[in-house]
Amino acid sequence: MTSIQAEEEIVKTMEDKRKKEQSLFRKLIKNRLAAFGLIVIFLLIITAIFAPLIATHDPNTMDVTKALLGVGEQGYLLGTDNFGRDIFSRIVYGSRISLIVGIAAVLFGAVIGSLLGVAAGYFGGKLDSVIMRFMDGLFAFPFILLAITLMTVLGQGLINVIIAIGIANVPGFARVVRGQVLGVKESEFIEVTRSLGAKHRRIIFQHVLPNSLAPIIVYATMSVAGAIISEAALSFLGLGVQPPTASWGSILKDGKDFLVLNPNMATFSGLSILITVLSINLFGDGLRDALDPKMKV
Amino acid sequence: MTEAILKVRNLTKHFHLDSPIPFKKSDQSVKAVDGVSFDVFQGETLGVVGESGCGKSTMARLVNQLITPTKGTVELNGENLVDMNKERLRVFRKTIQMVFQDPFASLDPRKTVGELIAEPLVIHKIGNKASRRERVKELLEVVGLRGSHSGRYPHEFSGGQRQRINIARALALNPDVIICDEPVSALDVSVQAQVINLLKKLQKDFNLTYIFISHDLNVVRYMCDRIAVMYLGKIVEMGTYKEIYEDSKHPYTRALLSSIPKESPNEVKERIILSGSVPSPINPPSGCHFHERCPFAMEICKIKPPELMDVGNGHQSSCHLLELENNPMKAIPTKKKEELKCH
Repeated sequence: MTSIQAEEEIVKTMEDKRKKEQSLFRKLIKNRLAAFGLIVIFLLIITAIFAPLIATHDPNTMDVTKALLGVGEQGYLLGTDNFGRDIFSRIVYGSRISLIVGIAAVLFGAVIGSLLGVAAGYFGGKLDSVIMRFMDGLFAFPFILLAITLMTVLGQGLINVIIAIGIANVPGFARVVRGQVLGVKESEFIEVTRSLGAKHRRIIFQHVLPNSLAPIIVYATMSVAGAIISEAALSFLGLGVQPPTASWGSILKDGKDFLVLNPNMATFSGLSILITVLSINLFGDGLRDALDPKMKV
Repeated sequence: MTEAILKVRNLTKHFHLDSPIPFKKSDQSVKAVDGVSFDVFQGETLGVVGESGCGKSTMARLVNQLITPTKGTVELNGENLVDMNKERLRVFRKTIQMVFQDPFASLDPRKTVGELIAEPLVIHKIGNKASRRERVKELLEVVGLRGSHSGRYPHEFSGGQRQRINIARALALNPDVIICDEPVSALDVSVQAQVINLLKKLQKDFNLTYIFISHDLNVVRYMCDRIAVMYLGKIVEMGTYKEIYEDSKHPYTRALLSSIPKESPNEVKERIILSGSVPSPINPPSGCHFHERCPFAMEICKIKPPELMDVGNGHQSSCHLLELENNPMKAIPTKKKEELKCH
């Protein structure tokens, strides 16, 4: 069977070519901005995990005699706020809230939104219309207004923030996933699986979802940035986590009253939000390019 | 070749078109398959040929119950698959498998070859992990690949190899019937021959019955025992490969056969060139669907649709010419016998 040997050779050359092609990670770090984003995200996660080790002071200890100190004064790295709490330590601890809310809310939205989107796209027909019209209804509310409404209904607290932002994230995921599923379900390999006698559950979770994953991951990454902003916004409006828990949004809120006396509070918490969101978005952009086979960097 | 394993009767599929007026059902429909009946016997290969859009692939999917028919029955081993409840149909899917046309689209790119071939076994809960692995290895060797290939992904294989993987997957459940929907039309000619020979060998080894859909008449001639010629959702002629190739009674079959390229420049060949293209299956012509393009069309062809009639030995043809005393088709010579060199 010389022809099989010939085919064997073709396979080999194809493999070599594949090895030469950069892996996903290589592609990512080749993109400078994405690499920058990745590093910042990594540092942020380290900060959140080891917050007690990194923070120089207790974030909630008040000392009115040391209120509103400037940068570096009396060993306070970024100064103190109006209650004399160390801003640096509060920002370090605040990263925990931001990351937890960002990731958990997106997970919540992604799981529920994906399930709804898959159901709508895969089964189509009336179910599709009902689900998607409901999602359009949710979409009609501005994201932050929806979150505020949900917060006032649910009441304050970390879990409720996550649920509120998560629900606000659901329609986006439903729409992205539905679009993907509509494309994938027409593939011949789905028909093949049906002809083998597979049940819907198997087709959806073994074939449809894994093949729709790439855009979902990119969308989720970008959504984390959005969720962090939403959390900050909610905290800024006093609807987020309860004080005295440090959160970037609440530091910003406290800081806005002392912009002239001590701009450090608002500046550094605002910068933290800015850098974090920017990094995640840059990383998300890089990820999208790296996952898109048609884009050669 | 005695017992019909698959009996198809009056199989019909009309796809309703979207109506331009919302909330109102359109009364127009595409008559993709229109009253098709045939038997497939144990161990034979039934070829289905026809132009693009004549309903071959739809028919395959109807037989396999991937599309629910509008009308008609499909009997497999004496049981009607249409109207069968879902659970029972799932069991019956083991006996009827399908090999699809596009070797690149029919394998899930995110699964390894081993997972793909084992999938039918997993779906029907056959064996455990170790026995499935054994079976996958065995199947890969049966189709001419190596057992060690099971850990690779589909994109690492060439078209011919992928089609072998598809065949291995179709074989996994030891089916009785395999429907091949243009299994080689996406492959290079040299690879086509390998895959066809593999299919023939497997048929002998496992006593398989094939429904072999193709638009390549040479492939069909090599593969098939009997041939059904389809035109616009209907079978216009059906018979053994010999009857079809040497003594076809239908002008459409003649025209199809005359389109096979000459094998040598010296060969003299009567070309029947059809004018126009296949009419729309939404508004098929009245009477015989073929009358607009038929070189022998008569008045009756425009009015009365011809029935499939037996012209001896199960050779069926649907043409009004057969009722005439002096059939003008007799004047046109069919391909000489010595030119046929296969089987």
